[in-house]
Amino acid sequence: MAKILVIAEHDGKTLNPSTAKCVACAAQVEAAEIDVVVLGSDTGTVASQAAELKSVARVVTVDNERSDPALAAVLAPQIVAMVDGYSHVFGPSTAFGKDLMPRVAALMGVNQISDVMSVEGSHRFKRPIYAGNAVVTVNAPTDHPVVATVRTASYQAVDIGNSAPVESISVDADLPSHTRFVELQTGASDRPDLQTAARVVSGGRALASKDNFELIYKLADTIGAGVGSSRAAVDAGYVPPETQVGQTGQIIAPDLYIAIGISGAIQHVTGIKDAGTIVAINKDEEAPIFEIADLGLVGDLFAIVPELTEALG
Amino acid sequence: MDKILVGLKRAVDYNVRVQVKSDGSGVETNGVKMSINPFDEIALEEALQIRERGEASEVIVVSIGPSDAQQQLRTGLAMGADRAILVQADEVPDTLSIARVFKELVDRETADLVILGKQAIDDDNSQTGQMLAAIWERPQATFASEVVLDGDKATVTREVDSGLEILEIELPAVITVDLRLNEPRYVKLPDIMKAKKKPLETVAIGDLGIDPGPRLEETAFEPPADRQKGIMVDDVASLVAAIRDKGLV
Repeated sequence: MAKILVIAEHDGKTLNPSTAKCVACAAQVEAAEIDVVVLGSDTGTVASQAAELKSVARVVTVDNERSDPALAAVLAPQIVAMVDGYSHVFGPSTAFGKDLMPRVAALMGVNQISDVMSVEGSHRFKRPIYAGNAVVTVNAPTDHPVVATVRTASYQAVDIGNSAPVESISVDADLPSHTRFVELQTGASDRPDLQTAARVVSGGRALASKDNFELIYKLADTIGAGVGSSRAAVDAGYVPPETQVGQTGQIIAPDLYIAIGISGAIQHVTGIKDAGTIVAINKDEEAPIFEIADLGLVGDLFAIVPELTEALG
Repeated sequence: MDKILVGLKRAVDYNVRVQVKSDGSGVETNGVKMSINPFDEIALEEALQIRERGEASEVIVVSIGPSDAQQQLRTGLAMGADRAILVQADEVPDTLSIARVFKELVDRETADLVILGKQAIDDDNSQTGQMLAAIWERPQATFASEVVLDGDKATVTREVDSGLEILEIELPAVITVDLRLNEPRYVKLPDIMKAKKKPLETVAIGDLGIDPGPRLEETAFEPPADRQKGIMVDDVASLVAAIRDKGLV
């Protein structure tokens, strides 16, 4: 039987939806007993959110002032100190999980499977490589714990409607002081988060300026969408880096994705492959984005986008 | 600071669209252009700029794998690295072993800073820097978009999902770099000639006493499930109708 520990991602107040997606992946492992661990300084609120997730057997909390804000170098030894008895340790393939989980794996003396997109067996998984141009099946050794990150775009969050027991534990681990959090600078946007937004509007290089991105913001706000971008738009300074969608940015799976002035390089497309419906607007009818779009419209975005915003308003 | 180690992975070039072999045994790399993993070029550029500001004395580039990786090390030397180490292995080892190789080299060279790409564009793993920091018991600052050194400390700005996180870390440490940290320099012909005279040391991986990690076995490769090409509409009205029809707004 598999006993799986899922590392909760949270900001001290709210459980990140990536955790419910990790639980969904863990629940694909046959006969899995799933625990969620919440590490933080005051874990009660987040723990009660985790306890509501279906498929969760138990929520474990580890309270320590040093765990807030979360630093990989501080969290990893605490996780390693409590993994005895678990056959699997899962975290999300978000910036949080990508930073933390390899540190956990190395301290445990095992390799890590990144970006699990499908569970083929208790020790057999599929994951994308080469920007999603290929999918590889990976067998993990059965005589060692499996440490993996879960490609959150491949999973629907498990439902709410559980009341798993919450248990507080203390762990014995040396916590380093060589790494100090200074600050988090966020874009202070009221728009939906890219990872969880049902709708996302993205702009590319063709927007041609930071000011012109107002067109994207207006359309997004009209339909309650998050705002994404291509690497080219970020590199040009039109939008901040956290908006970048693709191989080296965020991998997302909204119900509706509208790509505006984005040619559709493979590195971008790999970030939206799991979207429900992809709409592409581009002046170049040969643009590769149209190869994967469900709905395509060729034309001048500066004429189309205001008209579209008006029509959807 | 004295020495900076930079990892250079030989990877399929950024512009190549790889194909899965028809028998599912791997991806086709025969006759495909190979380059330095682009993130690693950014890592090297950062190290060179640190040395050029007088904040480090030597930049050492390291690659691990078959001898072909000498080409990428020579490119790194042409960009400006002082010397190169090829850790020769018949195939590229598992990530934990790579981290252990770096740990051996860090000890041997008493490096103060290791700068790596945040991921390789072939396996897209994004693990090596974090694993090295773990077994070295030193700080990690991953996905860096700005690095400011101040004596035995560094202030690193990291690209995270919600914005930018700033960390202060004590050296020695591991930094993994994101796309927007810098613009790697172009190599000029005289630099290529000069690079041929720079030292490139080859070490057999067996001589480093690395205990390989429990290996993950890659059993089958397949092309991704393709999305079906959809329909083209003629105007905004048709687009809006189709979006509304699907109940998406």
